[in-house]
Amino acid sequence: MTELTRLDAADIAAKVQAREVSAVEVAQAHLDRIEAVDRTVHAFLHVDTERALQAAKAVDEDVAAGRPPASPLAGVPLALKDVLTMQGAPTTCGSKMLEGWQPPYDATVTQRLLAAGVVILGKTNMDEFAMGSSTENSAYGVTRNPWDLDRIPGGSGGGSSAALAAFEAPLAIGTDTGGSIRQPGSVTGTVGVKPTYGTVSRYGLVAFSSSLDQAGPCARTVLDAALLHEVIAGHDPLDSTSIDAPVPPVVAAAREGATGDLAGVRVGVVTELGGDGYQPGVLSAFNAAVEQLRALGAEIVEVSCPSFLLALPAYYLIAPSEASSNLARFDAMRYGLRVGDDGTRSAEEVMSLTRAAGFGAEVKRRIMLGTYALSAGYYDAYYGSAQKVRTLIMRDFDAAFSKVDVLVSPTTPTTAFRIGERTDDPMAMYRADLCTIPSNLAGNAALSVPCGLSDDDGLPVGLQIMSPALQDHRGYRVAAAYEVARNAAQGGPLITRVPELEVAH
Amino acid sequence: MPSISRDEVAHLARLARLAVTEDELDLFAGQLDQIVAAVAQVGEVAGQDIPPTSHAVPLTNVFRRDLARPGLTPRQALAAAPAAEDDRFRVPRILGEEA
Repeated sequence: MTELTRLDAADIAAKVQAREVSAVEVAQAHLDRIEAVDRTVHAFLHVDTERALQAAKAVDEDVAAGRPPASPLAGVPLALKDVLTMQGAPTTCGSKMLEGWQPPYDATVTQRLLAAGVVILGKTNMDEFAMGSSTENSAYGVTRNPWDLDRIPGGSGGGSSAALAAFEAPLAIGTDTGGSIRQPGSVTGTVGVKPTYGTVSRYGLVAFSSSLDQAGPCARTVLDAALLHEVIAGHDPLDSTSIDAPVPPVVAAAREGATGDLAGVRVGVVTELGGDGYQPGVLSAFNAAVEQLRALGAEIVEVSCPSFLLALPAYYLIAPSEASSNLARFDAMRYGLRVGDDGTRSAEEVMSLTRAAGFGAEVKRRIMLGTYALSAGYYDAYYGSAQKVRTLIMRDFDAAFSKVDVLVSPTTPTTAFRIGERTDDPMAMYRADLCTIPSNLAGNAALSVPCGLSDDDGLPVGLQIMSPALQDHRGYRVAAAYEVARNAAQGGPLITRVPELEVAH
Repeated sequence: MPSISRDEVAHLARLARLAVTEDELDLFAGQLDQIVAAVAQVGEVAGQDIPPTSHAVPLTNVFRRDLARPGLTPRQALAAAPAAEDDRFRVPRILGEEA
């Protein structure tokens, strides 16, 4: 049974259709694994045992009746980040503000997963309202990195990345506002994809920074991520920023890439995303990956994107500004926490007391920072300038993509840091997003694929591949080719080298 | 060099409807000052003639057909309310707040 948890999503789906194994057995194996290791890892905030088994049973009934599968992922278990709504389960966003909140509707992503016969195992831990790079800002306790339990699994989607690396689920959903899918993928040796902004619906995704938030697939292989991408992406009239265009052919690209030929593909190494401040072991793993791409036939050139140096400061003005506005909805009136309503206090007093009690320190910091940046007298200097930087970053991307097909960089400057190491130093925490933020500000597609272990601490490193908007398939092709070559060169998938977790009985 | 005083943090907290303790004022004043100093670098472009970008994808207003469609029932809408009365959200008093 335990072997079922080691399988890729594509293999599980094939075995279920071939009746080699039932979807119920697959779901049960993963639920057993969660039971055995999640007290240690703490990837999940809620496990939906009964409905997971029901969903699996429905897939088995389809197979038995000879009905075609609802999707190429029918019967595959998945871990859903707790920032997306699903009826019948709590959605907390890692916050006391929404403790026990039962949403009255499903997110579009959730609906698509259920319609595809994907088996949702439960909701995963995250930094409160997706603000953080370590999952330490969750109000419900830290998640541990299966590679080293004293280290962070990345953030904000550390529950989703840890669930994959701990073999609790072969697929997960994350959301990426500044790197919250890619950086957790990087530090856990898993694949994380931020699709082009507007290609995956934000309906039912609790908003942090609306112009940046994007849900995307997390998996242990590039092909699995592509299969999940095609299930969740597509136009949605319920999201006014949803792009009405066909989903890029990411599965075909992943399969094409897996043939291992990158002849004619131009790859740009971003000058500004490397050098000082980057861990030496991260840079050597990244450089080896670039050589691997060259060996596969890609043409490697260096590309300068000078405005990327202003991306981090611009992001930490734009995202908190939007957050301060979005989080105004938590006003203690219609849902969520309410404290201090003793019959004498006014609505405003109750609101302030509730927000003080319901939000953690990082959320408060960002709300105040955003309030500051949007204040009269500061608006032009801060928020207005940050919006200009956003234009410059898009121009840098446009210029770069006129010369190359994809851009590459390390996904994050270091490997997983220790739990507690950066909690008292917000700027140190923010620098984890240095390489991922430009693609959020410009809206283009970007992914992280494992690129070996750092030679200075033995922890996973991620290769980030950035593609132009709506050209998500380019990144998948390069990532799949690289994955095959690295697996061959390094004796198998990186994830098989994750230490065995102690199993509770 | 920007700097955020303790009083300014207290003002921001009031604007953001966040009750803060004295200890938090000290902590946040130091941290916000540090963060603002780090992000102030964007001011380099303040004087330049560059159009601002608010969204990576150009936004146009989206209309849907003006048709009735099912919404939440009062019961569903009130299910998560901190307090409800007579099919409405019950809220604390809202008048007489400003002296």
